Amino acid sequence: MSDKNVLGLIFSNLHDESIIDITRRRTMGSVLFGGRYRLIDFPLSAMVNSGVNEVGVITKKNYQSLLDHLGNGREWDMSRKNGGLHLLPPFSHNQDGIYRGRLEALYGVWEFVLRSNADYILLSDCDVVANMEYDKIIDTHISSGADITAVYAKGTVRMDESHANTVFGVANDGRIADVLINPELSGDSNISLNTFVIGMKLLKNIVMHAQPRNLYDFERDVLQARVRELIIKGYEYTDYYSKISSIQSYFEANLALLNTKNRHALFPDDRPIYTKVRDNPPAKYGVTASVKNSLIGDGCIVDGTVENCILFRGVKIGAGTSLKNCIIMQDSIIGKKCALENVITDKKVIISDGRLLTGSSRCPLFLAKESEI
Amino acid sequence: MYIKKECVAMLLAGGQGSRLYALTKDMAKPAVPFGGKYRLIDFPLSNCVNSGIDTVGVLTQYQPLVLHDYLGNGQPWDLDKMHGGVHALPPYQNINGASWYSGSANAIYQNISFIDRYNPTYVVVLSGDHVYKMDYNKMLEFHKAKNADCTIPVLDVPLEEASRFGIMTADENGFITKFEEKPKEPKSTLASMGIYIFNWDKLKKALIENEADASQEKDFGKNIIPNMLGEGDVMVAYPFDDYWKDVGTLDSLWDANMDLLNPNIPIDLYDPNWKMYSRNPVMPPQYIGEDAKIENSMVTDGCEIFGDVDFSVIFEGVKIGKGAKVNYSIIMPGTVIEDGATVEYAIVGENSVIGKNAKVGTDPTAYDNRDDWGIAVVGHGINVGEGKSVLPKAIISENV
Repeated sequence: MSDKNVLGLIFSNLHDESIIDITRRRTMGSVLFGGRYRLIDFPLSAMVNSGVNEVGVITKKNYQSLLDHLGNGREWDMSRKNGGLHLLPPFSHNQDGIYRGRLEALYGVWEFVLRSNADYILLSDCDVVANMEYDKIIDTHISSGADITAVYAKGTVRMDESHANTVFGVANDGRIADVLINPELSGDSNISLNTFVIGMKLLKNIVMHAQPRNLYDFERDVLQARVRELIIKGYEYTDYYSKISSIQSYFEANLALLNTKNRHALFPDDRPIYTKVRDNPPAKYGVTASVKNSLIGDGCIVDGTVENCILFRGVKIGAGTSLKNCIIMQDSIIGKKCALENVITDKKVIISDGRLLTGSSRCPLFLAKESEI
Repeated sequence: MYIKKECVAMLLAGGQGSRLYALTKDMAKPAVPFGGKYRLIDFPLSNCVNSGIDTVGVLTQYQPLVLHDYLGNGQPWDLDKMHGGVHALPPYQNINGASWYSGSANAIYQNISFIDRYNPTYVVVLSGDHVYKMDYNKMLEFHKAKNADCTIPVLDVPLEEASRFGIMTADENGFITKFEEKPKEPKSTLASMGIYIFNWDKLKKALIENEADASQEKDFGKNIIPNMLGEGDVMVAYPFDDYWKDVGTLDSLWDANMDLLNPNIPIDLYDPNWKMYSRNPVMPPQYIGEDAKIENSMVTDGCEIFGDVDFSVIFEGVKIGKGAKVNYSIIMPGTVIEDGATVEYAIVGENSVIGKNAKVGTDPTAYDNRDDWGIAVVGHGINVGEGKSVLPKAIISENV
């Protein structure tokens, strides 16, 4: 647990465009993931588990599902008299409140930030699925004397996802020497996990400097523009993570949880990932059920064959139906004698008896929320 | 300032449940896990909430730690209320000293002041060890329509089982004319379900009179109901023909869990209009492994199943290893069934470990004389060592 006064800020809408099909009616933060979660559960739970007891969630648009999910924060133990969870919908003195980038969003919520007594600000987006020990990152930031600490992981950027990744050049002493935003490159890189620690005073200077100059992009106008002037240190994150930059990486990040080692790394017993409670009964498997290598949420009723799938809470799979490599989001109903392969259904999709639907592993078939086939 | 409540529920949850043996060694019967995700008390509590009763006193006495911890502030049942909500009511010390609850009636008697704060017109007395879904509000409407002082839900039971229950005789309009607690020669098959609605003024008077009479026991079935009948109070039977089970014994606990797997038995936990609430675990979804086989079973969040599971109820966070077999069994939260172990016709308590290749229970078909066979029971926090056996009918409360 960090004994420092840290304010967490989670940006729920940045990267919405990465998986536009799923974010059409929700924020990146409220995208469903892993059988019972929303993407925001990961940074938010990790903050709670790291002793960051005051968190603001910055939203922009389409945030009804996010508000519904988070409520008053009770399920993350964040319904507090002091600190706790604060939802920060768009608010602006001048424009229409719709910010263009991280800096402008910070300016919009600056009064909230000022009200906290935090010495440090922890910034996170919702496109990385990880169970980060933020307390370690914060301690490292403080002891290193850096102005800004940026968390990165060594990994491979795929060509088709280069538009959604910032990449760092990191010197031997850990200082970030180069910042490349959405570079046209692929291969091994130091990929930004969009997680930053910064002192309150410096952040205030940055935000106040940026606003009158019409600068709004944190990566471009601060990290990149001031890389020589500020001491920006990289923190290499070496534990399990997945980064969601496209529908394909979303699909793969979900299916990666079928690997027991990955699952144990993401869900250690002593750092639980919290989410909204739905009071579903247990999952029920019928006489004709056959399930292999799958993650099943509570409240599912499975009478068919399910292989390499993720079924969210309250899904029904009819008898004689076969599902392979599918992600079926909550309360969807798949009828009898269907065959689905490489399909992602959003919430409450209904598929009637006997349908055959096939996508490919590189391009899974996506069915929008509440669609009926 | 207390706002008047029309109806307050009092839930009797202090009993030891001694016929559940190892399973109630460290916890009161209402805290015993049931149905994959619940504890017994979730049934009456959820019924209260779904019936619009938002003030519930829970009378606790025997091993209350797990139960109090589970209830917490009542939030999982939406019973964390400014006015009303759930209140754990253990025995307490007063100016005359301290006394344990000496019976169901005495437990309510000692909490008259709790009930009086809400100035209710009606009090529902419930039991913490029954599995059923019931709309108490419908029963209350019936009670009002009959202008009754006391309404008792009744089941029609087979005559040969009637002597296990409180048996009443009622006239054609449902008015009770006679009540006998566990009669040797039952005169009717109308069995009391052990839950009651009273007009609070009548019940309060009966409790005070019962308490003052040292010759009487302090029990609803044995004393309060017959006394009120004797006083000429209006008592009616409320017919109930839905699923109801008293899970007072190991066999009935096992049966009631198995009933949940039987599509022909009408206790539906999946009805969105009658949600069963419980304290939900914070765990990832259940994982069913590559070589697992799972049929006819209920499994909950946090489980990892690598073996075979058939006709079983598996609670949260249970691990079932490779090559392990679990048939016709109930595995309570956090228990580990290691690789190659076999668990059949058994109940295994919370946080226990069944070691590699160990064997717990067997199939009854192997027994010519069924009396030699029974459900095998392993208590909470028990370690059954590698390759060890637990015979059918055995009840294990020490490591093996």
